[in-house]
Amino acid sequence: MSLIAFAGRRLAQAIPVLLIITVAAFSVIHLVPGDPARVMLGSRATDEAVQVLREQLGLDKPLVTQYLDFLKAAMRLDFGDSLFQRTAIGPIVAARAVHSLALVAYAVLISLVIAVPLALLSAIRRNLLADHVVRALTTLAFCMPSFWTALLLVLLFSIRLKFFPTSGLGDSPLAYLASLTLPAVSIGLYLTPILLRSLRASLIQTLGAEFVEAARARGFGEARILFKHVLRNSLIAMLTILGINVGFLISGAVIVENVFSIPGLGSLMVAAIVQRDYPVIVALTLVFGVVVVAANFLVDLSYALLDPRIRQ
Amino acid sequence: MRPFPPGIEEDAWLRLTKRARLDRRWATISLYAGIAIVAFIAGLSAAAPFLGLKDPTATDLMNALQPPSLAFPFGTDDLGRDIFARVVYAGRVDLVFGIVVTYVSLVIGLSIGAISGYFGGLIDTVIMRIVDLVISFPFIILILTIAAIVGPGLTGAYIGVIAVSWALYARLTRGEMLAIRRREFILNAETLGYSAPRVVFVHALPNLLRANLVFSMSDIVLNILTLAALSYLGLGVAPPTPEWGEMIAQGQKNLFNAWWISTLPGLVIVLAGIGFSLIGDGLADRLDESGR
Repeated sequence: MSLIAFAGRRLAQAIPVLLIITVAAFSVIHLVPGDPARVMLGSRATDEAVQVLREQLGLDKPLVTQYLDFLKAAMRLDFGDSLFQRTAIGPIVAARAVHSLALVAYAVLISLVIAVPLALLSAIRRNLLADHVVRALTTLAFCMPSFWTALLLVLLFSIRLKFFPTSGLGDSPLAYLASLTLPAVSIGLYLTPILLRSLRASLIQTLGAEFVEAARARGFGEARILFKHVLRNSLIAMLTILGINVGFLISGAVIVENVFSIPGLGSLMVAAIVQRDYPVIVALTLVFGVVVVAANFLVDLSYALLDPRIRQ
Repeated sequence: MRPFPPGIEEDAWLRLTKRARLDRRWATISLYAGIAIVAFIAGLSAAAPFLGLKDPTATDLMNALQPPSLAFPFGTDDLGRDIFARVVYAGRVDLVFGIVVTYVSLVIGLSIGAISGYFGGLIDTVIMRIVDLVISFPFIILILTIAAIVGPGLTGAYIGVIAVSWALYARLTRGEMLAIRRREFILNAETLGYSAPRVVFVHALPNLLRANLVFSMSDIVLNILTLAALSYLGLGVAPPTPEWGEMIAQGQKNLFNAWWISTLPGLVIVLAGIGFSLIGDGLADRLDESGR
């Protein structure tokens, strides 16, 4: 099968999943007990205001019509207005998504820099001291709440050493990077144990494979075997592991953004829930769902690109 | 001493058995160390009212922001509340939450996964699609959305976390079920004409428990961390009820001048997490051996 046909089939498989996500996001507003418009405005609102909001959100139309309207609007990236900020949600989400994306990318980079060498060390020295130390550290990192790790980092690097700001975002590119560093490290440390465990298992499997024995038999040096044969073959596993854990990564980002008051999507989500800003909650549920589906699609695609066998 | 298999050098065999014995000893140590840690924290929390601790919610502004000392082992917060007493009382919320949520999810996921793997076909496809969706979705967004529907608070946290964490058990159980589906004891039970529920729940389920029990230990850690995160974000347990994540959140504003308010409750979370992880590691090795 060609790569394009493969991509087409995967895309077709993603459509029902996307539809389920839209139904789920759409349902949020209707699952709230009581009249949604009344809940959003609070008990002190006048009946007229509630009626106006109900019409504005289209809550007086039949459910199916409402859903189709919602779907049509969502495709135009029109999510309506935020009840709290009283402006269109689309631009708010777009402006904040940039910061979240930068943060997540930075965090993945940090996580890979920590996880790959340690997993390699752990796999090569399996059941020896180095492996035990790495595994103990992995367990420790797994048990640390991300927001607590973040506060420890602030305590050490912002308050004691004054290397990095405690919250907010810098203006210049360098200051921006500096203000994202501690959040990215916190998310990175949160993600690392998950990546490391899977990567170690996959490396151990690769190290035991026949082609590694064959390379040894041909007299190649261990370094060459490791970097040219083992690591290259583990790249696919690495991608899959990252793809599977996109949800975990985003969860970490949502929590940590709130610690450092970074104006990203995670802090928007939490604020929206506190303010009962349901249109924003609906929009974000949809956005996160699409991001996850897109990430998995991209992983599948690069997977097929790297390993032609998967396309069959 | 085990029977000596032919075709292996004697000293190599001795090395292997020594290695296995050593691994087993470590697994035992890990298991009991984990049980000791968890029992210590759980015991303190359960006995909290009888320990003569200070009232965890009583404010005492004369003693606000006291660093750790003999009178206040973990110091006091900005309202003068004793952090040690709060940490101990918080264990009652966090540990109960972790354990209840984990085992309710286990039972739900185990049943759904077993059915999915046993029957296969359309049921399996539909169930696994939903499972994949729940697992790949950022769990915190799902839980926050459910909290938005139910309303913030402990109830929302219970419903939200269970709604997410059953899926991992379902996937795990389905895989295990597929592995034993064609084994003789299942086929025999079917040949005897036993009903499908009887085969699934009486014959298959006991063999699916092992992997689930091992995983449940890391899941307890994850669920406690999730409750702490929700409370930290102000959407879980509401102040003044002591909860580990809520205490960390309360200490953040005084991070500059009173490091102990946020850091010490976090340390207790880590300790509890390590306890459960050690039990999980020990259990994995032990159950692995008795199973083969």
